[in-house]
Amino acid sequence: MRPAKYLKVFEIGLQNTFVYRWNFLLRSVLGMVPLLGMLFLWGAIFEGRTTRISGYDESGMIFYFLMTLLIDNWVAPTEDEWQIAAEIREGRMSALLTKPLHYLSYRLSLYSGYRLLYVAVTAIPLGLLLYCLRADVRLPESGLTWLVFCVSLAMAGLIQFLLAYCVAMLAFWFLEISTLIWILFTLKHFLSGMVFPLDLLPTHLQRLVFWSPFPYEVFFPAQIFLERLEGRALWAGLAAQAAWLGISWLMATALFARGIRRYQAVGG
Amino acid sequence: MLRYLEISWLMIRNSLIREMSFKGNFLLWITVDLLWFVGQLVFIEVLFESVDHIADWSKWEVILLFGTHQIIAQIFQAFFYINIANLPELVRTGRLDLMLVLPIDAQFAVSSRQFGPDNLINALLGACVVGFSLAQLHASPGPAAWILYAMAILFGVTVHYAIMFTFAVASFWIMRAQGLIYGYFHLFNLARYPAGIFPGVLRILLSSLIPVLLVTNVPARALARSAQTPWEGLLALGGATVFVVLASRLLWRRALRRYSSASS
Repeated sequence: MRPAKYLKVFEIGLQNTFVYRWNFLLRSVLGMVPLLGMLFLWGAIFEGRTTRISGYDESGMIFYFLMTLLIDNWVAPTEDEWQIAAEIREGRMSALLTKPLHYLSYRLSLYSGYRLLYVAVTAIPLGLLLYCLRADVRLPESGLTWLVFCVSLAMAGLIQFLLAYCVAMLAFWFLEISTLIWILFTLKHFLSGMVFPLDLLPTHLQRLVFWSPFPYEVFFPAQIFLERLEGRALWAGLAAQAAWLGISWLMATALFARGIRRYQAVGG
Repeated sequence: MLRYLEISWLMIRNSLIREMSFKGNFLLWITVDLLWFVGQLVFIEVLFESVDHIADWSKWEVILLFGTHQIIAQIFQAFFYINIANLPELVRTGRLDLMLVLPIDAQFAVSSRQFGPDNLINALLGACVVGFSLAQLHASPGPAAWILYAMAILFGVTVHYAIMFTFAVASFWIMRAQGLIYGYFHLFNLARYPAGIFPGVLRILLSSLIPVLLVTNVPARALARSAQTPWEGLLALGGATVFVVLASRLLWRRALRRYSSASS
C-alpha cells in the first residue's frame, strides 16, 4: 500500500470543505447553540445550591459539557455516511472500484481530511468559547492523562467513523437507509453522554449503557480528560474501547465484503 | 383561497399514497422520533433527581412544556420541514424554475410539496404527554384555556416556519445553506426550555427578533397555569408571528429578484 495516494485523497477531503466555506462556518458556529442551552439550564439547576450532583459542581458540569462538545466536534463524521450510501445507491462506487484503492482506506482518508480542516476552522470560535469559560477550564496536570486522552480520542473517532460506515454499508441491501442513520444518531446523542453525564443515571441503567459502544464515543474520553477515572477503571475502560474499535472494524470489513457481492452498479 | 386548499389536499393525498407504499420506512420514522422523545423524558427524569424546580417550573410543568414542544415541532415537520430543507437544493440546481412558472404563489409552491403523516402520529404522542402531565398537576383548564392553547400552537408553528424559511432563503446568496438549516434546528430546540433560565439580553433577543422562546413557553404556561392571565404572552406571540411572517415574505421577494437560475 502506497500512502501517497491516500494523502492525495486526504487533500481532496480538505478541498471539498473549502468550496462551501460559508456553509461550513455557519454550521460550526450554530453548532454551539445547544451548549449554550445546556449551560443556562445547568446554571438554573445549580442556582442557590451548594452540594454537588454526582461529584460535579457547577463549574465541573460546565467543563464537562464543554469537553463533550469539543470531542464530538473533533471526531464526529459530518456527512460521510450519507455520501457513502449515495455512492452505493447511485452506482458511483463503480468508478472507485476500478481504481487501485482500498475503499475503507479511501473513506478514512477523506474523513481525516475533513476532520483536520474542521478542527482548524472551528479553532477560532471554539477558542473564543474556551476563553469566555476559562474560569471553568481545568486542564489535567499529569502528562500521562494527556497521552491517554489522545489515544482514547483517536479510538473514539475511529469507532464513530466505523459505525457510521457500517450503517452506510446497509445501502447495499436497502434502497432507503436515512432512517437507520437517524436511529444511530439518536442512540449516540443520548447514550454518548452529550445530553447529560452518564454517571447521573441510576447504577443499573449505567451498567446497561456501558455494554454499548456509545459511551466510548464521547463520554469516556471526556471522563479521562476530567481526571474522573483512575487505576483499574481507566485501564479497563481503555480495553473496552479498544475492543469496540476491533468489533466495529470487523463489522465494517465483513459488511463491505458481503455487500459488494450484491452491488449492481445502478445508473451505470 | 379555495384553490390553494384544494392543491394542499392533493399534495397531502399524494404524500400519503407514497408513504403507504413504504410501510416499513414509515414505521421506522415513527421509531426514530419515539426514541428521541423517550430520551428527552429520561433526561428530565435525571434532572429532577437533583432539583425540584427549574426557573420556577416544577417537574410535570417541564414535561408539559416538552410535550407542547413535541406537538409544535412535529406539526411543523409534518407540513413544512422537508420542503424548506429542499429549497437550497432547488436553488443550487436551478430546479426552482419549475416552481416559479406554476400559476400559484411560488412561496406556497416550494413550501407545500411534501407532507409527513408519521409526524402527526408523533404529535399525538406529545398531546398524550401533555394530558398526562395535566393530570399529574391536578390542573383542569377550561375550554377558553384550551382554545388559547390551540391558537398559540398555530402561532408557534407559523413562527418556526417563517424563521426556518428565512434561513433557507439565505441560499440565494450563499450556496449550500443546508448548514444554516441544520443550525436552525439547534435554535429551534431551545424552545423546549423554560424561558426563565436564559439571562436578560439573550432572553429578550430570543423573545423578539428570533422569538423561539415564546413559541412553547406561552402555550404551556396558558395551560399549566390557566388561573393566571395569558393575554400578555399571547399578545407578544401574536406580534412576533406577524413580524417574522412579514420579514420572511419580504426577504423571499428580494431573493427572487436575485435569482438567475443555474445551468441551462
